[in-house]
Amino acid sequence: MKTFLTTTALALALAGTAHAEGKLSIYHWFEYIPQELLDKFAAEYDVEVTMDTYDSNEALLAALKAGKLGEYDVAVPGDYMVKIMGDEGMLDTFEPSELSNFGNIEDQWLDVAFDPGRKSSIPYQWGSTSFSVNKEVYGGDLDSLGLIFEPPAELKGKINVLDTAGETLTLASLYLGIPQCTADRDQLKALNDLVQTAKADWASFGSDVAKDVLVSGDAAAGMIWSGFSAKARSEGAPIEYVFPKEGMIVWMDNVVLLKDAPNRDNALKFMNFLLEPENAAAVTNYAQYTAGVKDVAPLLDPEVANSPESNPPEGVTGVFVEACPEEVQVMYDAIWTNLKK
Amino acid sequence: MAAAAPAGATRSEIYRGNGPRLMLPVWAFIGIFLVLPVLLMAIYSFLTKEFRGGVIWEITLAAYDQFFLDRGLFGDEPPQIEWTYIGIFWRSIWQAGLATFFCLLIGFPTAWFIATRNAAVRPVWLFLVTIPYWVNLLIRTVSMKFLIRDTGPLNEFLLWLGVISEPLSLINTNFAVQLGLFYSYLPFMVLPVYAAVERYDFALSEAAADLYADNWTTLRLVILPVVKPGIVAGCILVFVPSLGAFLAPDLLGGAKTFMIGSLIEEQFKGAAGNWPFGAAAAMILLTIVLGVLLLHARAQAKGGR
Repeated sequence: MKTFLTTTALALALAGTAHAEGKLSIYHWFEYIPQELLDKFAAEYDVEVTMDTYDSNEALLAALKAGKLGEYDVAVPGDYMVKIMGDEGMLDTFEPSELSNFGNIEDQWLDVAFDPGRKSSIPYQWGSTSFSVNKEVYGGDLDSLGLIFEPPAELKGKINVLDTAGETLTLASLYLGIPQCTADRDQLKALNDLVQTAKADWASFGSDVAKDVLVSGDAAAGMIWSGFSAKARSEGAPIEYVFPKEGMIVWMDNVVLLKDAPNRDNALKFMNFLLEPENAAAVTNYAQYTAGVKDVAPLLDPEVANSPESNPPEGVTGVFVEACPEEVQVMYDAIWTNLKK
Repeated sequence: MAAAAPAGATRSEIYRGNGPRLMLPVWAFIGIFLVLPVLLMAIYSFLTKEFRGGVIWEITLAAYDQFFLDRGLFGDEPPQIEWTYIGIFWRSIWQAGLATFFCLLIGFPTAWFIATRNAAVRPVWLFLVTIPYWVNLLIRTVSMKFLIRDTGPLNEFLLWLGVISEPLSLINTNFAVQLGLFYSYLPFMVLPVYAAVERYDFALSEAAADLYADNWTTLRLVILPVVKPGIVAGCILVFVPSLGAFLAPDLLGGAKTFMIGSLIEEQFKGAAGNWPFGAAAAMILLTIVLGVLLLHARAQAKGGR
């Protein structure tokens, strides 16, 4: 049976690639890479490119665990998920010499805690997670996470929060000033109480709709990723991205080489391709985050380079989301389920 | 390859004795696509969870324990009955039941209307009922969201009419979820009820009227018993998919509260990554649905006697 399936798959693959030299199978976030760039790669290297998308780091992990490992060549997990996937043995390694553009990686992103020495990953884009507020609805100071977790009257019932436990509970922890992955009972109870109370003032939970609800006016404030907020602004939402005094989440998405990649060579070509300043700039101009690649700045659209979302004022702190150990994670899971029961 | 039928054998004689063999494809289909997945799920629900998704092959009742027993946020309090998940299930059942009720309320008169039209135009009406089904459910649900949002056409129109002075907050409410479920599954009620009403002999209504039954009595004692199988079938076809629906609660209800469908999804796709618990919740849902269907089967059997 298995042989039969494999043969069929092979036959289909051959039929589909009669014109191309090879294939590349990408597993990527939604709305995160311009189609033109994929086409450019396909034309330059004579490779047939296919892409599936996911909407959260956890969904990526679940799909790979459920048997998709070996189907894709590259994926684009966030920082903490690179660490988790590495620990789970889902990543292949490469030598810097296999990527001629390896030297283009910005120094600050070369030796990162989630992949020391960049053995399995290269930077894709980095940015922050905070929230945006509709200035026509709320005219007060925009400087605190309290606008989301203890909102003023104008914003009550008009707030969208991200539908992922990691980001929402981390921002709540920053607001309370408690560490991530804490096992302290009083701190966890305070976190639970804060989100339980705040939920009454929230209109909806949604990650993929985070931009749309701000553009349509369904929400007057919403947690959002920096570049997504810039996109909402360029689509006409009268919003401002807030850099809270309590701090915000900083993240970096990375292209990783997956274990058992069916087209390892093409995967490395693609990673090398993305380290070209010109191509990294194309992603940044599209997604409106920040590339971790040298010499990108002169190639950026001025409105992207100067976007307020990508240029935090002095003194704003950012933290990476931490991957908690199991005995602590179950308590955060319980708080999240409790919140949505 | 196959042995030729003996000369002169009738069609039914060719099939005689081959029944079990001819049923093989059906059994294979049911076995591979129904029994096997459910069995797999049943097994998974008794396995030990692996951190961040996956299972360890050790038998445990932990998933069912988590579903029914509450040991506090930190897991060290004496066990009490866990109401969280029962509450989520109850809310889903309530929503599905309400959707079934509204579908019946609108679907029955609709089916009646179509069945009592001229035979030539009935197909046109049925055709109109099925047209929305040419469009994907996701698209229809999102469109509903655009219609009823604060700045959507419905509110704009009512504001323009002067019926309301502030936009109605319809989006992200239980009302919106109900509307979505009702709209999604209404034809599932109309079509089976129509099939039953169409076969109804209207001479029975005349006979009832001759015997001094008023309209209400005729409906209650004559029409309803005859079309009941259609109504029951319609109710099941609306109730069961509504129970597991997660598009309407997510898109129209704002995903503020878990429904059964989203609770199970979270166990496989979310940060929780607790596959055995997701499998256990799915098994419990399956048990409820099977229970409803068994009740229906028993009622049918009784009715037939």
